Amino acid sequence: MTTEKKSLLEDLGSLLGERLVSVQARLGEITVVVRATEMLSVLTLMRDAEELRFAQMVDLCGMDYSEYGDGAWEGKRFAVVYHLLSVVHNRRLRVRIFAEEDDFPVLASVADIWPGANWFEREAFDLFGLIFTGHPDLRRILTDYGFVGNPFRKDFPLSGHVEMRYDPEQQRVVYQPVTVEPREVTPRILREQTYGCN
Amino acid sequence: MPEIKNYTMNFGPQHPSAHGVLRLVLELDGEVIVRADPHIGLLHRGTEKLAEHKTFLQSVPYMDRLDYVSMLCNEHAYVQAIEKLAGIEVPLRAQYIRVMYDEITRILNHLMWLGAHGLDIGAMTVFLYCFREREDLLDAYEAVSGARMHAAYYRPGGVYRDLPDSMPQYEASKIHNAAAVKKLNENRQGSLLDFLEDFTRRFPTYVDEYETLLTDNRIWKQRTVGIGVLTPERALALGITGPMLRGSGVEWDLRKKQPYAAYDKVDFDIPVGVNGDSYDRYLVRVEEMRQSNRIIKQCISWLRQNPGPVITANHKFAPPGRESMKQNMEELIHHFKLFTEGMHVPEGEAYSVVEHPKGEFGIYLVSDGANKPYRLKIRAPGFANLSSLDEMVRGHMIADVVTIIGTQDIVFGEIDR
Repeated sequence: MTTEKKSLLEDLGSLLGERLVSVQARLGEITVVVRATEMLSVLTLMRDAEELRFAQMVDLCGMDYSEYGDGAWEGKRFAVVYHLLSVVHNRRLRVRIFAEEDDFPVLASVADIWPGANWFEREAFDLFGLIFTGHPDLRRILTDYGFVGNPFRKDFPLSGHVEMRYDPEQQRVVYQPVTVEPREVTPRILREQTYGCN
Repeated sequence: MPEIKNYTMNFGPQHPSAHGVLRLVLELDGEVIVRADPHIGLLHRGTEKLAEHKTFLQSVPYMDRLDYVSMLCNEHAYVQAIEKLAGIEVPLRAQYIRVMYDEITRILNHLMWLGAHGLDIGAMTVFLYCFREREDLLDAYEAVSGARMHAAYYRPGGVYRDLPDSMPQYEASKIHNAAAVKKLNENRQGSLLDFLEDFTRRFPTYVDEYETLLTDNRIWKQRTVGIGVLTPERALALGITGPMLRGSGVEWDLRKKQPYAAYDKVDFDIPVGVNGDSYDRYLVRVEEMRQSNRIIKQCISWLRQNPGPVITANHKFAPPGRESMKQNMEELIHHFKLFTEGMHVPEGEAYSVVEHPKGEFGIYLVSDGANKPYRLKIRAPGFANLSSLDEMVRGHMIADVVTIIGTQDIVFGEIDR
């Protein structure tokens, strides 16, 4: 297993070299960061190169790093994390691509490289407001018809902004501002990494 | 000449063969599907967002409610992600218990699938048989966790408690007299393992019964052979995993290829299909039930011979025993901290996968060192499988849509999350 992982690192280095912003191997998983401007050519190479052959994009995950480490994050706010799988070589790879702008995050769509990315990109668009240029059909997917906002962004409250009820006078379902009080049962606590290690 | 145009039809979300809350907008040319647009999200509960606001332990029961017919497999991926990040060693006995319950879950899922799929395309009886067997397995769930379905039995570091030495018994009532109850309790006289062993002895015969009903049934074959064909290359590109991928002839099973828990210590085979149609996927799933039965048998014999701890002794992640907690100040503090503040998972990210009955179920966990996950992404196999629906139904008749929905084995708990 270890020799194989090492050779994946070597393969990545020899094929992509300078085009990888960073390479990290931790917990038996390899994470590479790629620039948004080069993403399509790099990802296509990852799919087609004989040494890599990542034929399957297993997962595409939107990320909002704005509150990471309670404000310790200094990089770009939005990223997309791709999990790739090579069935031929039995390897996995994680690729992280940060969106250049925080106010209007745009990335290129990989739906042409892996058609399975279609719905995953719609999901990231719906929940994080990430725009994927070149996507064939970028619509909301999980939230309600006519939903406003991007619920998985860190600045979106857990209880949301609107609630639904049946209005007997108008005889239809109406939206109104939420009436529930926000509450936190267990506060989020971030301690120094050495806490409890004596 | 009259103007001929395509007809758009709405299917679901309350249609009985929509398996929950699938809404399909079908564009039809006569009776042939030109385009299918699935509308999902009617069961979206924001599990991933909720998990960001709960401690790590509080999210375990949410996992049951993702794919609510294969509860413990979901939990397995989640606790495995925490264990990977925190570097927790799971006792071997706990790993075997997990493998056994994962396989019980696989049988539960496939029975549910077989029954519902049969019902959808006109085989009523098999549903009744499948639910008869599910009952025994749900009793095994109940014996170990107290809940028939939403078990919340796996914990970071092991499982909640060891397997019970006795099975709960039926009691005489207005419906069952003493003689009937005695017969019902016949296989419940010993431990849970005895009960399961009895089940594994009976189960292959039951699978034969289902196969007698379906495998060579002319109607069943007419409804499934050649319907929804997926080539291996296309299946991979679409992100399809699990029995759907194996039905297309790709020998890919994470239990074998990237073994986790104790799967490298048990013996089983991976069934693969040839043609990639609905009938092959049916055959693959039926054979998977037989293989799961084999794995359960091996786990039972191992668990009998190897008693031991079932949860890690690292009290930063698992609670100490009741006894020691009442005698030892430090353990009392551990218990208090664990159940008020919760565990702190070290900073980092981990992607943990299990071979879920529906495919590759992954949990991508990002922790910044707090007592709650920073981000939890659930990679639901059904989501990727359903996204291929449009491609699979094109050119088929309306009635085949029901077959293809059935063969995808979709459950909206995990697709909508």
